[in-house]
Amino acid sequence: MSTLIIADHDNQALNPATLSVITAAKALGQSITVLVAGSGCGAVAEAAAQAEGIEKVLLADSPAYDKALAENLAELVISLSSGYSHILTAASTTGKDFMPRVAAQLDVGQISEIIAVESADTFKRPIYAGNAIATVQSLDAIKVITVRGSAFDRSAATGGSAGIESVTATAANDRSAFVKEELVVSERPDLTSAQIVVSGGRGLGSAENFDLLARVADKLGAAIGASRAAVDAGYVSNDLQVGQTGKIVAPDLYIAVGISGAIQHLAGMKESKVIVAINKDEEAPIFQIADYGLVGDLFEILPELESKL
Amino acid sequence: MKILVCVKRVIDYNVKVRVKADQSDVDLTNVKMALNPFCEIAVEEAVRLKEQGKADEVVVVSIGPKAVQEQLRTALALGADRAIQIETEAAPEALNTAKLLAKVVEQEQPGLVLMGKQSIDSDNNQTGQMLAALIGAPQATFAYSLELDAEQVVVTREVDGGLKTLALKLPAVVTTDLRLNEPRYVKLPDIMKAKKKPLAVETPDGLGVALKQHQTVLKVEAPGQRQAGIRVDSVDALLDKLKNEAKVI
Repeated sequence: MSTLIIADHDNQALNPATLSVITAAKALGQSITVLVAGSGCGAVAEAAAQAEGIEKVLLADSPAYDKALAENLAELVISLSSGYSHILTAASTTGKDFMPRVAAQLDVGQISEIIAVESADTFKRPIYAGNAIATVQSLDAIKVITVRGSAFDRSAATGGSAGIESVTATAANDRSAFVKEELVVSERPDLTSAQIVVSGGRGLGSAENFDLLARVADKLGAAIGASRAAVDAGYVSNDLQVGQTGKIVAPDLYIAVGISGAIQHLAGMKESKVIVAINKDEEAPIFQIADYGLVGDLFEILPELESKL
Repeated sequence: MKILVCVKRVIDYNVKVRVKADQSDVDLTNVKMALNPFCEIAVEEAVRLKEQGKADEVVVVSIGPKAVQEQLRTALALGADRAIQIETEAAPEALNTAKLLAKVVEQEQPGLVLMGKQSIDSDNNQTGQMLAALIGAPQATFAYSLELDAEQVVVTREVDGGLKTLALKLPAVVTTDLRLNEPRYVKLPDIMKAKKKPLAVETPDGLGVALKQHQTVLKVEAPGQRQAGIRVDSVDALLDKLKNEAKVI
């Protein structure tokens, strides 16, 4: 039996989360095929072929897969699914979107956002915003799984030399169409793969004040994150939200500034290696999980931090 | 146009979850239950579409024991017109839920199906997509805003890099994200009115759906607890710890 991984990418580069999926797949001990579906995504297939431990790369290069429409991706995966006992992808917004369609069309369940592989059919996954961890056994012949990238180390991006095989594209569906996208362009590292994340909450008070945070982040080469409260208040865009329903991050260092620490936020960052909390409320729940807590006025602390870094 | 909204009864999002001593599940005894927050957003959106004259009926459906009628009444108080309960012992797995909902879609023929992107108990984020696949409908998950007309729905979605907009021909399935709307507060007269709105009870057998088990939960345990660390009294002390003790900067 073998494992099929659907690569997550933007037609230019492989999302590092896919390397974490490869680590999860290796724990299954089967040969691994990676499917790269996109448009003009040859470079992504080349990158996938160099990843260590990959047997084969399937390349489906067609306008139908340009914007990762769930209907089209699911159709393709179904057309290629025979012979695979496990189908894995990253729990990105793309993976979360198309993968349940694959499971439903195969008439099997899906195991979402696994954080550990116990055996070929048994996996651990967080439930209730990470307040409980379930060990789940799949009873289906085909295991359809999404993988939480932050829970697995990245497999080596080089050292492999898999062959690339082109596959026939399936037809594009005529019921859903891409209209436009507004992607945030940032010079900073990507939130989910950054080694340091500096996050702001409602305590920042305004979009302008996020600049104070940004300056500290730039000194540290860090990504910027935010609590739901800060996003809802319009201080920053939605793609920066860390939490149960936003991004799940596990950097080496997470600095939470003006964030009280609602359980939904903690669910998104409590696996970070070192957590720093800066908050004027010394009773804030964030201090209960922080390695280092600094009680004080963030409007004084942030400029001081910036000047001393 | 008819809008079908699928809702789930879950633990109230403010409740701190505890795992049972025998590790069989989380302890839900005497715990406050509520309408799943994402489902509430879905109901609110459907009601607003009706208020804007873009829909003429909002039907809500939930699956589970009799207790889910409480959440259906909440949805009716928010402004839905009628409710359907599909009676099962417990909330079924996502694929079974999707199969039951597919039957309801077949009966009701809605132009749009709205539902939450995930329930805050199982955190699966699957049912809407599975339903869309089973009924052969297009989907837009994680809706940030939507515009409905007679033929199509244009949905802007919250995705990892920002926002992405899709146009779907109807009938379509849309799952809601946090910022689609802020649900209204239910007023007492609406709660009274909701008691008189129709609520039909169906069964999986009646709908011709055989529920199949796809997964077994072997164990539910508490996550590893982080210990609170230390307080530092200055920025200098903090930087010293990060450099020399934690060695992360």
